[in-house]
Amino acid sequence: MTETTEIRQGPIEGYLMVEPHVTRDGDTVTIDAASVYYKYVNQAIRAAIADGVTTVRVINVNGQRYIGNGLSGTDVTIEVYGTAGQDLSMFMNGPTVRIHGNAQDGVGNTMNAGRVMIHGDAGDVLGYGMRGGRVYIKGDVGYRVGIHMKAYESLVPVMVCGGKSRDFSGEYMAGGMLVLLGMNSQFDGPIVGGYIGTGMHGGVIYLRGEVEPWQVGKECGIFTADEEDMKTLGPVLKEYAEEFGMDYDEIISVPFTKLVPISHRPYGKLYTYV
Amino acid sequence: MPISLIQPEFKVEIDYDKCHKCGRCVQQCGWGVYSFNERPIPDDSKCRACHRCVTYCPAHCIVIKKNDLALRDNANWTSALRKSVWRQAETGGVMLAGMGNDKPYQSVFDHLVLDACQVTNPSIDPLREPMELRTYLGRKPDNVEVEPDGAGGYKLKEGAGVTNNIKLETPMIFSPMSYGSVSLNVHKSLAMAAERCGILMNTGEGGLHADLYPYQDNVIVQVASGRFGVNPEYLNRGAAMEIKVGQGAKPGIGGHLPGEKINKEVSETRMIPQGSDAISPAPHHDIYSIEDLRQLIYSLKEATGYKPVGVKIAAVHNVAAIASGIVRAGADYVYLDGFKGGTGAAPQIIRDHVGLPIEIAIAVVDQRLRDEGIRNQASIIAAGSIRSSADFAKAIALGADVVAIGSAALMALGCHMCQGCHTGSCSWGLTTQKPELTRRVDPEWGAERLSNLVHAWSHELQEILGALGVNSVESLRGSRERLRAIGLDEQTCKIIGVKPAGM
Repeated sequence: MTETTEIRQGPIEGYLMVEPHVTRDGDTVTIDAASVYYKYVNQAIRAAIADGVTTVRVINVNGQRYIGNGLSGTDVTIEVYGTAGQDLSMFMNGPTVRIHGNAQDGVGNTMNAGRVMIHGDAGDVLGYGMRGGRVYIKGDVGYRVGIHMKAYESLVPVMVCGGKSRDFSGEYMAGGMLVLLGMNSQFDGPIVGGYIGTGMHGGVIYLRGEVEPWQVGKECGIFTADEEDMKTLGPVLKEYAEEFGMDYDEIISVPFTKLVPISHRPYGKLYTYV
Repeated sequence: MPISLIQPEFKVEIDYDKCHKCGRCVQQCGWGVYSFNERPIPDDSKCRACHRCVTYCPAHCIVIKKNDLALRDNANWTSALRKSVWRQAETGGVMLAGMGNDKPYQSVFDHLVLDACQVTNPSIDPLREPMELRTYLGRKPDNVEVEPDGAGGYKLKEGAGVTNNIKLETPMIFSPMSYGSVSLNVHKSLAMAAERCGILMNTGEGGLHADLYPYQDNVIVQVASGRFGVNPEYLNRGAAMEIKVGQGAKPGIGGHLPGEKINKEVSETRMIPQGSDAISPAPHHDIYSIEDLRQLIYSLKEATGYKPVGVKIAAVHNVAAIASGIVRAGADYVYLDGFKGGTGAAPQIIRDHVGLPIEIAIAVVDQRLRDEGIRNQASIIAAGSIRSSADFAKAIALGADVVAIGSAALMALGCHMCQGCHTGSCSWGLTTQKPELTRRVDPEWGAERLSNLVHAWSHELQEILGALGVNSVESLRGSRERLRAIGLDEQTCKIIGVKPAGM
């Protein structure tokens, strides 16, 4: 792809097609993303990791996409200051990404491993097709959160949302764990919208408090989380509380509702043929 | 009341005088037609007329016939429609079918004829003169820049020529068929043949099995809404990535691989648990617009150091505008799948009644991209029932850069079009995961047959080009002036930009 084609197609207005200012201090690299087109920000992040740094600070981020996209290696932490753009940590396979601000849509899309900590709110379609790793969000989230999360052997994705979530949470979920706390929210109303777990055929959803049956997809059974459940949920919530400076005991002071699929083959009897 | 009102479609007749009573038919049939009590006894109701038993019967004593039970003629209520009603009244289920649309829609290809040279310009003999089929798949620059090569000549300027294109020795690739819908031996056959022929195979949405890694430079890795087996390693292994939005056999419909087909190996490759259904949602939930598509295209490019990304769509009514959006979104190729394209399983009602013929789609997309001045920015791959080298040549003349074959490739491996792919019991070992059946396809044998087919069609294409008096497939591409229509209505001729014969 030639640069001319790229420019003619037009980057998002206001971004500059320049390399960002990069400073290195020991094992930490700081990248100033102010007004820099995402491609060059991400190139700088990749270059820093290739140079062997363990912490990449990206400052003045304002909607740049694909941060952490496809990155591997477990010993790297990317600290993002500002608002991370779409598809944060998509295809990511190991690193830790911490957002000091909000994130947009598509966080953890098709993610394989690693950790994403968002000290703010996030948008729609979080963790789509996510196969492993952890996504923790402090605040509110949008629609279709945890959609089609899956699990495979040792890869079990976990997503915890501290605030409230909209319709279609956990839709098509095939594995993993989605936790909705409804605590750090700027909204009134229920913890989650409608159609939660619609088409779900694997994994588990935990909600702090209760849901009305009308909110839950017909493929799900509604239970109260018992001690066994808290054994798997507890460590996740402890880690979550620690990350966001919350009180673990307060989080678990309310009983959790557990949603699990009735069948891992919800459409097994849908078809016929001659 | 009997359990079913549906009578067997076929009759299995065995000439017991000739029969060796060897039981080969019992062993060969994947559908469970035969039982054995001193001699093979067929249950007609299970037969799909796939001819596996016929082919392997050493005595040639089996004949499969249509069950000619008379039903009162009714051109409106065909026997197929009546059977559907009976079956659905029995089960309440959605009718499922395999392979492609089998309804007698008009074939535009069959109403197009190619030109040839006579007297006024010479035709070319491809056996003795060079005939170029090599094709580069991907985005071409708006203009070619050159620079002095230092030896008195010129060379392509660095970065200004054809970059990130994939070289194909002939403008034909294998269409996506996922591991899971077809067996691993089918995937291996396709990959080996792709390597030998200098073309590509396509994983479909079921991931890339480790056994195919040696062939990765000849593989397109697909990203569909289920994201099965998609991780950075998978994306980086492919020669190109393909976002599957739709499939000609089931536009707007997601995928659903039943738990029975998810064995250990399929589960490993798709990275999902064994025995659970593999569900591909109908849309990609991160693509609700052209802008979202652009976001995913560039996400894939970011993850792989800017490898080519294609987008596969089913041909639907607004295909030209959609294709324009796809090109503007940054795709390196647009894969158009016509409504006669095959499938491992689709609701029959969708398979038979939704979408557009590929011929129309190629022509309107090619024209639209030309009109908008962006035809160079993406290649067009056309699929959806390319049945012969004649369809191959006509598709290219209508505006395709490359064609893709799926049903024909399966036929090369033994498929007899019995349309039972969705049952998972394919007697030819193609669309099944049962080990006793999948081992029937030896990848070496399969690769040879597939290579033969690709070479034969390519040679026939060369013959057609020679007759047209051109020495490169590039000269036929989008050259609708070399086509004429017979028996197509005026409006269709106008839409596909082809003159009626005689004009």
